[in-house]
Amino acid sequence: MIRVELPFHLRTLAKVDAEVQLEVEGAVTQRSVLDALEARYPVLCGTIREHVTHQRRPFIRFFACEQDLSHESPDTPLPDAVATGKEPFLVIGAIAGG
Amino acid sequence: MSKVRVLVGTKKGAFILESDGKRENWDVSGPHFTGWEVYHMKGSPADPNRIYASQTSSWSGQVIQRSSDGGKTWEAPGGGVTIGPGGMPRGESNKFVYDASPETGKPLTTHQFYDGTQKPWVFKRVWHLEPSLKDPDTVYAGVEDAAIFRSTDGAHSWQELAGLRGHGTGPKWQPGAGGMCLHTIIINPSNPDQIVIAISAAGAFRTDDGGKTWKPINRGLKSQYIPDPNAEVGHCVHHIAAHRSRPNTLFMQKHWDVMRSDDAGDNWREVSGNLPTDFGFVIDVHAHEPETIYVVPIKSDAEHFPLEGKLRVYRSRTGGNEWEALTNGLPQANCYVNVLRDAMAVDSLDKCGVYFGTTGGQVYCSADAGDSWAPIVRDLPAVLSVEVQTIP
Repeated sequence: MIRVELPFHLRTLAKVDAEVQLEVEGAVTQRSVLDALEARYPVLCGTIREHVTHQRRPFIRFFACEQDLSHESPDTPLPDAVATGKEPFLVIGAIAGG
Repeated sequence: MSKVRVLVGTKKGAFILESDGKRENWDVSGPHFTGWEVYHMKGSPADPNRIYASQTSSWSGQVIQRSSDGGKTWEAPGGGVTIGPGGMPRGESNKFVYDASPETGKPLTTHQFYDGTQKPWVFKRVWHLEPSLKDPDTVYAGVEDAAIFRSTDGAHSWQELAGLRGHGTGPKWQPGAGGMCLHTIIINPSNPDQIVIAISAAGAFRTDDGGKTWKPINRGLKSQYIPDPNAEVGHCVHHIAAHRSRPNTLFMQKHWDVMRSDDAGDNWREVSGNLPTDFGFVIDVHAHEPETIYVVPIKSDAEHFPLEGKLRVYRSRTGGNEWEALTNGLPQANCYVNVLRDAMAVDSLDKCGVYFGTTGGQVYCSADAGDSWAPIVRDLPAVLSVEVQTIP
């Protein structure tokens, strides 16, 4: 079971709590986790990555296990602690404002 | 007794203000879509319970919301029920993909950027939603980077009317300071195949065949801030309004200049007349008097606030040129708000109501066609848009 934490605005959009749990088949990567997330919550399509290119939206970041994984390949396996459900995969809204 | 429902989009959510026909006491609901920018909300003329909302965020992109009960509850169409190929559910309602098909998408090369270089079109957000006059499930969306989309299934899915960008002048379009947005969509009530749109900063365009082909309609516009002041495209049109009974008469607030056309945009003439400044964003037409129009003059393109700190709506009862200041109930000192392009609307009650919202979070109502004003709310987030529904 993969744990994914969403930022506030996406929680309210998908009507979920901070953390959702997903079954992911095969290798646990950014792509497979986000595919599973969007399949479960279609309203999130286009809000984390672009519809067509599947590129991460510029102000969204991916963290896990105290690492910034935002610039990793979407097909790079996520840390074992994420794959085993020990640690969550964090979807973060970049800090900005004033 | 009739009632009115005022739909307010703000920088941090949407609000719905409702009153009976007296327009004295108001119920306020919201914020809806808390924390998101709501660029525009508009109700269907064919079914007042059907409302569309553009919910957007620099972080999370675009979401289209829809209500079928007058704004009490909302759903993102396609957010959980659309089934795509392979049985996978898909969220389509926020999927605005520029047409690149060989049949219709002559696509799209590039548009001009601020620095004069050419850039590819990139979808950013929906600025304006214009429901069909007859079908609650048909709605048009004006987007940034400038293009027009149409949904015929209640905003589940969207298709671009690619003829607009494909007609040839696209590489000359460039963004205004707020982005290259298509912000105005006017459907001719007596001929729905005729649609007028406006883009900052490309100008106005019209289709006479339901969106297949388009042409620029900017003859008569003069813009000193572009190399050729009389160019076919490149004008920063801020907003256009028309009266239902006279769809060929269009009133325009351009970056500078208030303009008028009596031939559906083929030719324009300036009607700024005695306005103290003719820079501004909003313009609207009285519901029952097609020659009565309203603007809110703003000091200049460098100073986006009212002249002398006095918030004044100007009304012309002569279709332009002769204007009177309307100040009763509006702040006449130390007021430095702006009124953005989609933030004025009128109701259609017997005594026409006029409404506008400010970047300071006030929404003002005049229940007597502008003679006097009162705030409905004072402390909302910055107001991006105001629309009004008159409910029988």
